[in-house]
Amino acid sequence: MKFNIYDFSSFTSSFDQLLMENFSPFWAVAIEMVLIGIAILAFYAIVGLYLVYAERKICAFMQCRVGPNRVGPYGFFQTIADLIKLLMKELIPIKNADKLLFNIAPFIVIIASFMAIAAIPFAKGLHAVDFNIGIFYIMAVSSIGVVGILIAGWSSNNKYSLIGAMRSGAQIVSYELSVGLSLVTIVILAGSLQLSTIVEGQRDGWFIFTGHIPAIIAFLVFLVAATAETNRGPFDLAEAESELTAGFHTEYSGIKFAFFFLAEYMNMFIVASIAATIFLGGWMPFHVGGWEAFNHIMDFIPPFLWYIGKTAFVIFIMMWFKWTFPRLRIDQLLTLEWKYLLPINLVNILIMAFVVLTGWHF
Amino acid sequence: MAEEIISGQLEEQEFSINMGPQHPSTHGVLRMVLKLKGETVKEVKPQLGYIHRGIEKMTEKLTYPQIIHLTDRLDYLSAHILNEAVCLTVENAIEVEVPERVKYIRTIMDELNRIASHQLWWCAFGMDLGALTSFFYGLRDREKILDIFEESCGARLLVSYNVPGGLMNDIHPNFQKRVKEFITYFRKKLPEYDALLTGNPIMQERTKGVGMLTKEQAIAYGVTGPSGRGSGFSCDVRKHQPYSAYSKVDFKEILYPEGDTFARYKVRIDEMWESMKIIEQLIDNIPEGDYTAKMKAVIKLPVGEYYQRVEAARGEFGVYVVSDGNKTPYRMKFRSPNFSNLSAINLMASGQKIADLVAIGGSMDFVIPDMDR
Repeated sequence: MKFNIYDFSSFTSSFDQLLMENFSPFWAVAIEMVLIGIAILAFYAIVGLYLVYAERKICAFMQCRVGPNRVGPYGFFQTIADLIKLLMKELIPIKNADKLLFNIAPFIVIIASFMAIAAIPFAKGLHAVDFNIGIFYIMAVSSIGVVGILIAGWSSNNKYSLIGAMRSGAQIVSYELSVGLSLVTIVILAGSLQLSTIVEGQRDGWFIFTGHIPAIIAFLVFLVAATAETNRGPFDLAEAESELTAGFHTEYSGIKFAFFFLAEYMNMFIVASIAATIFLGGWMPFHVGGWEAFNHIMDFIPPFLWYIGKTAFVIFIMMWFKWTFPRLRIDQLLTLEWKYLLPINLVNILIMAFVVLTGWHF
Repeated sequence: MAEEIISGQLEEQEFSINMGPQHPSTHGVLRMVLKLKGETVKEVKPQLGYIHRGIEKMTEKLTYPQIIHLTDRLDYLSAHILNEAVCLTVENAIEVEVPERVKYIRTIMDELNRIASHQLWWCAFGMDLGALTSFFYGLRDREKILDIFEESCGARLLVSYNVPGGLMNDIHPNFQKRVKEFITYFRKKLPEYDALLTGNPIMQERTKGVGMLTKEQAIAYGVTGPSGRGSGFSCDVRKHQPYSAYSKVDFKEILYPEGDTFARYKVRIDEMWESMKIIEQLIDNIPEGDYTAKMKAVIKLPVGEYYQRVEAARGEFGVYVVSDGNKTPYRMKFRSPNFSNLSAINLMASGQKIADLVAIGGSMDFVIPDMDR
């Protein structure tokens, strides 16, 4: 079995062959599914926890503080300690709550973000499923999350939760349009919905550079809309703690609260991954056409690190937003989407189609 | 229950909600019962009494030097100014002239206290709008003032530095140096506040034209202090009825005629600049002398009624004393700015969104123990 950090496809295909030789095809696929499931689950937990840690550290540095620094070196194990605490906490039952919906809501939210991870290419040959409609799939499953939020708000039997859930519903339904349309802009450029093809198409330059101005506009719109879609500041109206205490998850405690919390961070990771994959070339190293020596040096950095670096960059920008800007009001939020982002986006798609048709892109 | 407090029947699609007494943005145990239609606030009914301690009644059993320690507990963010109000009342009643040194130090302390209070307001206002970072910037700078207080007064928040007739003790030898250091430091840091929040387009969108209060309404509701001056109501006691050393310094009364949340915000930011100007004029000229006047061991006010008002960080604070000649007051009444300011909240917030109510509450800078007493 060859293991190559620059190309995981040889490793995965030889592993697949090994299983196929030793088991019947049904069992081989079953084992693969279980292994991939466990791998994604572990990845999910670790990334979620360390995004929380990263956020706490970053916001601390932005606020002249030190941040977590007690558990482990530089507080590195703080979030793990927090998770253990949350696991051991009591799940407080709510009077007159709709029991079934109340219990099911956190799972819907976390499953939605869990499913989206499956389609993301982390490195060359390192993705669970390579759909030919990858972008469409991610858009579809990440929209399921809002159902969980609405259910959580409704079933909590709490007016604050309900207001938060309604806000969240209006917000996500609106901003989904901008996210989708800004991705469509790049799909026009790439000519494919398949994520692996899109990444391959950025071999000689990332789409944000090759797509002229429309790609940059699409990136900015995507950044704003994605921040809104993940319910993060300055668009965190659904859980605006100065207005609604904690919004839709006010009544949740213990591990159910942790699910919402983890899902929020994973959603941020997913949209950052999409931004990195679609606009910044995913795991593709930074290449400049014609500069062979430079390209060769860039190739030396493993694709996985490229991917992590780009995602971390987008995540950092989103955290920067949150810890700098005040929160918008609900009507301003909807005005921003329907009066500004959506028309800009529609015009942008037309420009992009024109650019692609006339072949002006690089 | 919330429904019973709301006036009239709830129409279709309307509902009531309790904001407080435990709520992050009421800045204390204030309970506001809201009538909402979707996101729009139809009516706000503040319910008080959750932190009532009967301070006015307690004063009837305490001597005047003891009362000082209770006035701290009203508006704890302008503790020094409130102490001074009681001291001035007593000093005026028994006709004691305090030394010039005391007047200067009191004025400097007042203004430091005002800056500290406005800093904390700025922190909390940012938080109300959802800009969490502002909280830490404000507290970072407020810490410097509290250190100055700690050095001279021994306490950081509830200083109790004033006593009838003067001060508890003389200023620390470092006082002047530390205050001057703070002024140079804060002159550099205050523009950061503008950079982080004032110039932010989201913040301006959130505050401009929100929570309108005209000058006439401000006067009618008795809205004083920075909140009243944000409506163009000239109500600065320091200007109109100078006490301590305010008649000796040159400063502007900040007035913004707009009457919206942003105007009230700007008043407070500009007041911090003005306070620094006042301190700079006084800090080098503190006269030598005693830190307290000669006072009798037991202070008895002559029979009569006495009133003294001062400009606290949130508005006009008044002390009304009825004395029957004993060492304790017969009756004592505080005119607290927050109580009057709160009365205008329904006027300002009805018809606005929930988020606006929070912004308006933040811009009025409520301190709940001052309302309930």
